[in-house]
Amino acid sequence: MTDTKILEQIGQEEDTQKGKFLTFSLGNESYGLEIKYVTEIIGIQPITEVPELPEYIRGIINLRGKIIPVMDVRVRFKKPFNEYNERTCIIVIDVKDTSLGLIVDMVSEVLPISDENIAPPPDINKSAGNRFVKGIGKVGSDVKLLLDCEMFLQEDDIIAIEKAT
Amino acid sequence: MAKQNTGDPLVEMFIFETSQTVELLEQIVLDSESAGGFSRDALNETFRLVHTIKGSSAMMNYNEISLLSHKIEDLFSYIRERDSLKYDSSSLSDLVLSVVDFIKSELEKLREGIEPDGKPDKLAKKIDGFMKRLKKNNGSSTGASSSPAKDDTKENIGGSGVVYEATIFFEDGCQMENIRAFDVVHRLNGIALVISHFPVELIENDQSSETIKKDGFKVIFKSEKEFEDIQNLLMRTPFLKDITVNAVNEMLEQQGEDSKKEKKAGQKNNQAKQEQKKETGVSEIQSPLTSNIISVNIVKLDKLLDLAGEMVIAEAMLTHNPDLAGLELPNFTKTAQHFRKIIDELQDLIMSIRMVPLTITFQKMNRIVHDMNKKLGKDTRLVLIGEDTEVDKNIIEHISDPLMHLVRNSIDHGIEPKEVRLKKGKPEVGTITLEARNEGSEVLIIVRDDGKGFDRQKILEHARNKNLLFKSEDEMTDKEIYSLIFMPGFSTKDKVSEYSGRGVGMDVVMNNIQAIGGTVHIENQPDVGSAITIKIPLTLAIITGMNIKVGESIYTIPIKEVKESFRPKQSDIIVDPDGNEMVMVRGECYPIFRLHERFNVKTDITDFEDGIFVMVEHDNKFLCIFADCLLGQQQVVVKALPNYITGVKKIRCVAGCTLLGDGSISLIINVRDLLSLSR
Repeated sequence: MTDTKILEQIGQEEDTQKGKFLTFSLGNESYGLEIKYVTEIIGIQPITEVPELPEYIRGIINLRGKIIPVMDVRVRFKKPFNEYNERTCIIVIDVKDTSLGLIVDMVSEVLPISDENIAPPPDINKSAGNRFVKGIGKVGSDVKLLLDCEMFLQEDDIIAIEKAT
Repeated sequence: MAKQNTGDPLVEMFIFETSQTVELLEQIVLDSESAGGFSRDALNETFRLVHTIKGSSAMMNYNEISLLSHKIEDLFSYIRERDSLKYDSSSLSDLVLSVVDFIKSELEKLREGIEPDGKPDKLAKKIDGFMKRLKKNNGSSTGASSSPAKDDTKENIGGSGVVYEATIFFEDGCQMENIRAFDVVHRLNGIALVISHFPVELIENDQSSETIKKDGFKVIFKSEKEFEDIQNLLMRTPFLKDITVNAVNEMLEQQGEDSKKEKKAGQKNNQAKQEQKKETGVSEIQSPLTSNIISVNIVKLDKLLDLAGEMVIAEAMLTHNPDLAGLELPNFTKTAQHFRKIIDELQDLIMSIRMVPLTITFQKMNRIVHDMNKKLGKDTRLVLIGEDTEVDKNIIEHISDPLMHLVRNSIDHGIEPKEVRLKKGKPEVGTITLEARNEGSEVLIIVRDDGKGFDRQKILEHARNKNLLFKSEDEMTDKEIYSLIFMPGFSTKDKVSEYSGRGVGMDVVMNNIQAIGGTVHIENQPDVGSAITIKIPLTLAIITGMNIKVGESIYTIPIKEVKESFRPKQSDIIVDPDGNEMVMVRGECYPIFRLHERFNVKTDITDFEDGIFVMVEHDNKFLCIFADCLLGQQQVVVKALPNYITGVKKIRCVAGCTLLGDGSISLIINVRDLLSLSR
């Protein structure tokens, strides 16, 4: 296959992924992740704890020989920790060549949300959690908080410093 | 000018080949230096190598490199044609080495994908200056000059051989036509006597490029070689567009004409082959021994090793599959055993592929010794022992810097000036020995010098001044005192010199070695010398570990750090007033490390009598780890923790992780960190 063909294919792939979001829920809220970041969704697995880490990083899991860290999104968003059950899922995302597992209460569906239905996040309340929200998606009467995947790679301190400067 | 992307295979090839050539070149120059001058062979070899570099860099359009190598080539061609020529070989090798450094730095830039932008002017001037001096000093004695000096050509025409005339056209847009023409003259110098060429001024006059572009480059020369040879040589000129060669001598004129016709016909084909010829030419020069060796990207090898590790785990998962529990399967077991054997072999093989001899790393030290001798006015020679010892590629990368520091330190601090040495009754020339050898699953690298050794008193005094003492002086053993020099910020040299004395060297050594799980020991005899021994594991990738269990978690302790395991009696446990727990074993007292507490793991076993102690040792320091139970000993493939985790926080106490037979993950405990935590 020639290079141009491959490029075309990649272009098409990105096109088909554009505007689609994987939605999941934490308690009452519903969130969306851009589908292009999502590698796969797996059920909850035995997690190996690693000492000295912040509470929201639960540890590491073995994904077919690849070792990836898992983060409890609930705890990351400063919500109370919930025991894991059979509906708990790990969404494996791949951001900037880093694989990360996100533990969420429940995965819902993949939804197309067009740009005109996405509103910017409100300016008020820049405190915890809010900086993850890249936009507010409207689907029918529901509201999905669209998350910025790249923010998951950053730690609180780093964000704090960046905000300060 | 140059192509920027390192993804270009041509550039990669260039980097690879040139760095090899440069290294070879460096080695020859250093050897010659220590031999006291360039032998005829060394001169030829240097000339050839520089020529190779020049050719390939000109081909790739890296003009700075080609310019410098061209000048060096000039120099050597001048020297090697005059047997009786007197020259300062030490400043000559300095000159070559500085060019080597220049090329190396340019290659480094290329490797990182940066445009090579080094300025060769200064160096070029230096070389020119050297050349001028050479010519001046020897000018009178060199009658039969083969350089394109027109005066002596006439007399020489009368000699034996055939006179040829060649007209060369270069490809449009190849640039630097004058340099390329000069190159032709140069190569002809090897086999022929160049009588004259047009344009006459090649390098000196920039206009010459234009003239060559328009009218071609004419060169008249005389040679005893066959017409075919001449033709072949000229055909190898890079960026050649068209060439005509004529024999001027009447006797051979006819033959020359014929060949010329033949040649013109074959011109097109030949041109297609030019590049190829050049390529093979280069690799031939490299070394005839490397013909059945291919170079493989290390990333691929890493992946291969990873895969082999996966296979070991998959095999364990397969043969210990819970579905098979309780079944009598003689045939299956037989096949499984066979399978296991093959995997073992595969793993061994892959490990051996990654093993690289220390030769290159060791030989780099020659250069350091040479440079430092020059700068410090000392006389030191380097002896290499066992440089063919093989270690893992990853490890080699980590020990190059420490070795450099150690050798520098030995010369700077250890080896005394000549007068002092003679007074002490030592040989005038100091010796530094670099020795490597295998010992079990470890490699020992010893840097030994016959200098003045470490001054115990001075070290202590210094440590006191810098507040680096953590113990009262009387209690410290010799070993502890000497290891003070590895503390950050320690330096006994009063003056900060270019090479050492900033007090950063030795702790860099320590850090680098510890990073790969090695240790450093010092032996010292005042006035006889010192020896620094680096002990490093043969490979980082696979270790034998003891698996222990705490609550639901499994941890692996490298087996070489496990001393023993035992069940304690309550009566042996001591708790000091600060709440530090200790255990008495055979009259010795060891601190206890509750893994579940430190790692925050839930477990029901918190009473010492229910669990087990694992005594670990590192650097003669001991610690008892308290765990729930032992799971047994196993070979494990070490994997790094995900970057994300190490990016969030540098995890101490955990050296990495590994996958167990059932697919679960075990954390590998870093005993050194545990010990430093508990102190």
